[in-house]
Amino acid sequence: MFKWLEKNLPKIVMAPAVGLIGWFVYGFVLWTLYISFTNSKILPKYELWGFGQYEKLWASRKWLISVDNLLVFTALFLIFCIVIGIILAIFLDQKIRAEGVLRTIYLYPMALSFIVTGTAWKWILNPTLGIQKMFIDWGFENFTFDWLVNREMAIYTIVIAGVWQSAGFVMALFLAGLRSVEDEIVKAAKIDGAGLFTVYWKILLPMMRPVFFTSFVILVHISIKSYDLIVALTQGGPGISTTMPALFMTQAAFHKSQVGLSAASAMMMFMAVAAVIIPYLYSELRRENAR
Amino acid sequence: MQDNLQSSSYKELEQKSKYTNMFLRWFLYFVLILFASYFIFPLYVMVVTSLKTMEEIRQGTLLTWPSSLNFDSWLVAWGGRGYGAGDTFLRPYFWNSIKMVVPAVFFSTFIGAMTGYVLTKWRFKGDQWVFLFLLFGCFIPFQAILLPMARTLGTLGISNSVVGLVLVHTVYGIPFTTLFFRNYYISVPTELVKAARIDGAGFFKIFFKILLPISAPIIVVTVIWQFTQIWNDFLFGSTFSFGEAAPIQVALNNMVLSSTSVKEYNVDMASAIIAGIPTLIVYVLAGKYFIRGLTSGAVKG
Repeated sequence: MFKWLEKNLPKIVMAPAVGLIGWFVYGFVLWTLYISFTNSKILPKYELWGFGQYEKLWASRKWLISVDNLLVFTALFLIFCIVIGIILAIFLDQKIRAEGVLRTIYLYPMALSFIVTGTAWKWILNPTLGIQKMFIDWGFENFTFDWLVNREMAIYTIVIAGVWQSAGFVMALFLAGLRSVEDEIVKAAKIDGAGLFTVYWKILLPMMRPVFFTSFVILVHISIKSYDLIVALTQGGPGISTTMPALFMTQAAFHKSQVGLSAASAMMMFMAVAAVIIPYLYSELRRENAR
Repeated sequence: MQDNLQSSSYKELEQKSKYTNMFLRWFLYFVLILFASYFIFPLYVMVVTSLKTMEEIRQGTLLTWPSSLNFDSWLVAWGGRGYGAGDTFLRPYFWNSIKMVVPAVFFSTFIGAMTGYVLTKWRFKGDQWVFLFLLFGCFIPFQAILLPMARTLGTLGISNSVVGLVLVHTVYGIPFTTLFFRNYYISVPTELVKAARIDGAGFFKIFFKILLPISAPIIVVTVIWQFTQIWNDFLFGSTFSFGEAAPIQVALNNMVLSSTSVKEYNVDMASAIIAGIPTLIVYVLAGKYFIRGLTSGAVKG
């Protein structure tokens, strides 16, 4: 008995983690998947109902707007975060004085919650007392900046706040990547007469391919899950102009008693994340095994 | 000879481009400082707004410096105005968050250390797959587990309670803590463990005598990561709790959204600062470890 215990102790220690994740992650996802094929309203029902919820989902104007918003947001969020992140990383890499201070400033938003920063941005962007008033008081009397309450433009306020929060993270990833390149490579290129611009554009940035890939995966992941920031900044409004899938899901599940529909929307999000993550995990594992 | 030639022409080149270089340096600093002001701007606005009176807010602009250091809004945000119903303030929710964060961080870190230890030092057949199995939990969009989680918490009788949130955060923290410890322990030479095993040391003795003493850095990284994630969580907090059991982020959001009376932006900003200050302090004090968690864990958003 004691021998058996000793031999299997590692597995016994592993068991709680594996059991918890098995139940709370895999079991729960499967449960949600099952419910998405039922006609559940307030309470879950267990008779299968086919793809009805998915048909309803893709016929829903609100869901289509959510997906549209997500695509616009993800595209802009990715472009701005990566461009700003790379610029800051390359500039910081030039033996800058006070680099530590600047880095701290660029990255501190990552330590704050989206609710905290959303609250701040909401105040800054509000048309009556925020940025608009600042410019008017400075003498630009016709200045208007009402994106927050403008149906067409409100989604871009979420981009502004999202980029502000996450660009520093991309900077940190690229800075770490640039610093891991051997000095010799840069020196050799310089002796061959390559200018600083060429060194980065032709040599260093192409070497950063894995960092691009990682940033891409993380940022897409953040944007698909965007929830807190929208709640704090616009609550999906004005109207439903800034709603996104994560918001759609919780509203359907907990405010509108559309349990089946919300499960279907959750599974769509799950599949979107899986489409990005599985290739990523696969390539990471291959890289690790190759080492 | 050739070396000489090269270095002298190199010097000449440097001489010529001295002015271009100087211009470039200035441009560099200009851009870096421009971005720094963009990043610092909201924090600055939050702090000065929280120190102004509503009268000052209406008269000045976002950037105006407050006429005096006035901490009234902070006191109201923290402790309320002292009249009964409808007086919402952050103090009780702040303690809710503390009561939620401390056990959740402890349990998830401990479990992660144990699984990381087994996965690297007591390898068994298929351990790679077990790791992948756990790792996948880092990526799932939590929307896919909200509905069954709400039901489970109800069945267990711990919905709308701090205990329920501790459970949720512990479970969904395990994939990350496992990842951190596994990646750290994998670089600890296995020979150490083998030697100890030959000397007759058991499973727990090896962990506490050999691995734990060298684990300080990764424990710090993990604790900071988990602390920040759980303190800042809003999705779980807002889904599984309301009213008195809510954590601080949920309370902050409710306070800001409540449209009972005139909007008091100074109190809103003071509340936001109070809700953000614990993680901000950790970041300033231990930024190195915070960044290490971000980049080495580099999987999560």
